[in-house]
Amino acid sequence: MIKLFLQRLVLGLLTLVFVSGIVFVTVEALPGDACTAYLGRMATGTRLENCRRDFGVDRPALTRYAEWTLGALQGDLGMSLKRNKPISDIIGTRLRNTLVLGLSATLIGVPIAIFLGIIAGLWRDRPPDMWISTIAIFAMTIPEFVSSTLLILVFSAWLGWLPGIVTTPPNAPLVEFLSDIILPIIALALVMTAHILRMVRTSVIDVMASDYVQMARLKGVPYWRMIFRHVLPNALLPTINLVALTIAWLLGGVVVIEVVFNYPGLGRLTIDAISDRDLALVQAIALVLAAVYIGLNLFADLLTLVANPRLRTMRN
Amino acid sequence: MSAITALKQENIFVKLLNVLTMMASRPSGLIGLFLVGFHIVLAVLSPVLVPYDFTAMDSQAILSGPSARHWLGTDNLGRDILTRTMLGGQQALVVTSVATVIAIAWGGMLGVMLGLIGGWLENIVMRLVDAFLAIPWILFLLLIVSVIGLGLGVLIPTLAFFYGIPVVRMSRAATQDVVALDYITAARARGESRTTIVKKELLPNVLDVLLVEAAMRWSWMLLAFSSLSFLGFGVAPPTADWGLMISGARSFMSFAPWAVLAPVVALSSLIIGINLSADALAKALGIDRAQKTPV
Repeated sequence: MIKLFLQRLVLGLLTLVFVSGIVFVTVEALPGDACTAYLGRMATGTRLENCRRDFGVDRPALTRYAEWTLGALQGDLGMSLKRNKPISDIIGTRLRNTLVLGLSATLIGVPIAIFLGIIAGLWRDRPPDMWISTIAIFAMTIPEFVSSTLLILVFSAWLGWLPGIVTTPPNAPLVEFLSDIILPIIALALVMTAHILRMVRTSVIDVMASDYVQMARLKGVPYWRMIFRHVLPNALLPTINLVALTIAWLLGGVVVIEVVFNYPGLGRLTIDAISDRDLALVQAIALVLAAVYIGLNLFADLLTLVANPRLRTMRN
Repeated sequence: MSAITALKQENIFVKLLNVLTMMASRPSGLIGLFLVGFHIVLAVLSPVLVPYDFTAMDSQAILSGPSARHWLGTDNLGRDILTRTMLGGQQALVVTSVATVIAIAWGGMLGVMLGLIGGWLENIVMRLVDAFLAIPWILFLLLIVSVIGLGLGVLIPTLAFFYGIPVVRMSRAATQDVVALDYITAARARGESRTTIVKKELLPNVLDVLLVEAAMRWSWMLLAFSSLSFLGFGVAPPTADWGLMISGARSFMSFAPWAVLAPVVALSSLIIGINLSADALAKALGIDRAQKTPV
């Protein structure tokens, strides 16, 4: 089992190297470089040459790539020319804020999703399922910026219960975000719940149709005992992986939600960096987000390995 | 009519009609098809139907509520919201549907090829696909759009490329499922050529998966397109576009909610329509897509 996990770990690291390469090549292949972006309209003649020399942009791409990745391994993501600060300093608190947002939404959304998914699966195609599934389709498909805007309209503009826009500075202690963060959490948890709920529902339906559940039923095992002992453990196991994948995939939605609520996380920083054409910062964020994504995938693999007795006891 | 008999039809139009009938036999599928059809018809006809020019400003009515003159009110520049909402889906529909066709075409073909050939080439490409999938969609799109620039010439190929990547994975998996089945072995044993096997045996089966995949990709692309517009990286003002309208009207929404609600309802109804149709299509073709991850 350890071997299996190590295999996944190596694969994940390889993927990360690939991603860093893709990000680097993408930025490299696009017209312009850090200096033309930094200088803007003044990027001509000697000024451009000087800048390129000072920041080492004129050296071969491979050298710069090696330097960048080696630096990233040691936690040094380079300098932001636009912001004149080390990138790891800029990203630090932003990453914390985004993780707090994502984690809270997960902690709220996943239990609700599992609960509703089980109900929908057990009452398949009957009223509880129809209601849950229909609402889930709405929550899942409406773009995050639309649902966030509606949340602000209702809870902030009309009812005046919660602030619609975050005004707390990025590096403030977490306690100060408490009232600001509620609406963003709801917006994120809504999409997450809907996605995971559908997976749980399908999984429950699949297991209910399996031979061993049929067997338990025929043996006369009481219904709820059968559900808790036979159905749920087997139905929830395969969804662990899907849950982690979904959370990772929702990173895109986090960016939009952060912008709508003006939440000072990594997502809004991405948009700011792109608007400023701060390419070094964009590269670094891409790497960090990809690392988070791959980390979540690895975590899902580990959970599946630990939870699945067949894999846990597997030799070689 | 059962799914099997419907799919056996040789004539593509008969088949299409049968599938549509099956989709419409469920209430959710009927609603979905109606919404998508409504939006397509609206996008085609609205240039003739709209009451005003989409840039025309009415200085007498700025941020005015719904009235006889402006059925859905006006925005902060006095532009008619009904007009702009009716036209607001045109660009999104054209861009995303063209990009969907391209994405399915290249992703589907590459996937089928990889599934058939296998070997080291398949391994390398699939690793690349996995690596690309580890990049959040919004980051990739923003990276491209921000450095190359705005415009449909950039958006269509970018969306088509990026959203084709998961299609490669899907169609490869679908191909591998089919390749191992007896009727392919039988066709091989009959001595059919490779092209005949692909055309007659493989594609019809993979096509169903791709069709459902296309509907899903379309809805994701629409979401991506409108999100980009909302963030200011999509179509440029003064174009009438839902994402752009929502972002513009957000600052006034406490006293002019109609300016936000009209494009919100339009965009949501289209995306929900596509998703309901995709669900119904998957059920009609006998493919369950709920278990799959969003990527």
